Amino acid sequence: MIPAPFSYRRAGSVAEALDLCTEYGEDAKFLAGGHSLLPLMKLRLAMPEVLIDLGPVRELSYVREEDGHIAIGALTRHHDLEHSEMLARVLPLLAHAAGQVGDPQVRHRGTIGGSLAHSDPASDLPATVLALDATLVARGPAGSREIAAADFFQGLFETELEPDELLTEIRVPVPAAGAAGWSFQKFTKRAIDWAIVGVAVQGSAVALVNMAGTPVRAAGVEAALAGGATPAEAAAHAAEGTSPADDINASPAYREHLARVLVERALLEAQSV
Amino acid sequence: MVNGAPVAADVEDRMLLVHFLRETAGLTATNVGCDTTSCGACTVLLDGESVKSCTILAAQADGRQVTTVEGLAGPGGELHPMQRAFRAEHGLQCGFCTPGMVMASVSLLRENPHPTEAEVRSGLEGNLCRCTGYHNIVRAVLAAAEEPAS
Ligand SMILES: Cc1cc2nc3c(=O)[nH]c(=O)nc-3n(C[C@H](O)[C@H](O)[C@H](O)COP(=O)(O)OP(=O)(O)OC[C@H]3O[C@@H](n4cnc5c(N)ncnc54)[C@H](O)[C@@H]3O)c2cc1C
Ligand code: FES
Ligand code: FES
Repeated sequence: MIPAPFSYRRAGSVAEALDLCTEYGEDAKFLAGGHSLLPLMKLRLAMPEVLIDLGPVRELSYVREEDGHIAIGALTRHHDLEHSEMLARVLPLLAHAAGQVGDPQVRHRGTIGGSLAHSDPASDLPATVLALDATLVARGPAGSREIAAADFFQGLFETELEPDELLTEIRVPVPAAGAAGWSFQKFTKRAIDWAIVGVAVQGSAVALVNMAGTPVRAAGVEAALAGGATPAEAAAHAAEGTSPADDINASPAYREHLARVLVERALLEAQSV
Repeated sequence: MVNGAPVAADVEDRMLLVHFLRETAGLTATNVGCDTTSCGACTVLLDGESVKSCTILAAQADGRQVTTVEGLAGPGGELHPMQRAFRAEHGLQCGFCTPGMVMASVSLLRENPHPTEAEVRSGLEGNLCRCTGYHNIVRAVLAAAEEPAS
């Protein structure tokens, strides 16, 4: 399988990427790790006329501690998150979740920015940044703006980003001392698959993978926890307000069951951290 | 650069790295198994790290170091410790997955020189083998990790 013809352009910097995007407009797409986009292009489910390769934009690959938050460049690869000593110390949930993405080869290529911009509710990192109350920074021709993770994901492959905006940074507040407990639960049938259902917990924030068209916070669980419920009592609310898909992997009822079971496991594990 | 030597060619923008290696550079050890980024038969090293060459554009590898299984052996043709270990431990049957399996294993040991058996198994989760049942492959990687030069 080979993609439909397109023309390849390479951006060496953020400024160059934005210029190329202005030049080619709607016909162009950014190429980060290519591990969501190229498979879609090989299947001809995506046929951009121009690809703007962000690979050489080294300035967007970093993990830094800034005052009160961790700043992560959008082109930081899953592999780099997984092995970041700083994240292991300050944001172990994110390091661990990144290590659950696909397989080592996928993690050597795929980036956090690509994963968020792709907006697949079955992906691991969108729900993770939602549980972490991250802020995403986008840059376009008119300058930079901040988008809360809670507003960013609009649906399958749809985000708040404008076509001429580049996701540049993910800012994650350092969890408060009382919210250090975390857990990431991913239920799959085969090792490298996407989650049938997943759960990311940081403190008392709970986000679900693959339980709706976007990653969602388990509001019923969070409210129950705030009211003093035990993990088992709170987990009973895991499927409230969700709209899980019906596909070859699972029925909605099975996904709702998995959500309850995995949320309970996640809350218990987070308590013990 | 492929296996340490420069390879220059003008290719279509949409050409995949695996096709560049097989058809343009004439290095046919790297196989295409699934073509959907699942099987790992097309695994090569890009700047020393395992990647699936069916899901990278040749253009993305421009200016970087690509290593295929043909590039592992030493100058006199002596096998790389990982190749020797696959042979000694019978880590292959039909051999189709082997080039990718060997490259993924080389990358694995570069990142984690002394893995546990569980780490080898999860480190090779991106590579499928239809024949061996994996046991001898895992044994081969663990044996190679014991050798100083791998
Ligand atoms: C075999 C396989 C298994 C996988 N398993 C999992 C899994 O278990 N869990 C999981 O979460 N994911 C999984 N993935 C997906 C993987 O995580 C992708 O790497 C990731 O979703 C996309 O990141 P990328 O850098 O490759 O983006 P690309 O494919 O390059 O881009 C994806 C989309 O985002 C856009 N984009 C990329 N970067 C930016 C940016 N900075 N600003 C604006 N737009 C941008 C592109 O234009 C494109 O539309 C798997 C992929 C494969 C091939
Ligand atoms: S051919 Fe590339 S992963 Fe199967
Ligand atoms: S030896 Fe036949 S597929 Fe692995």
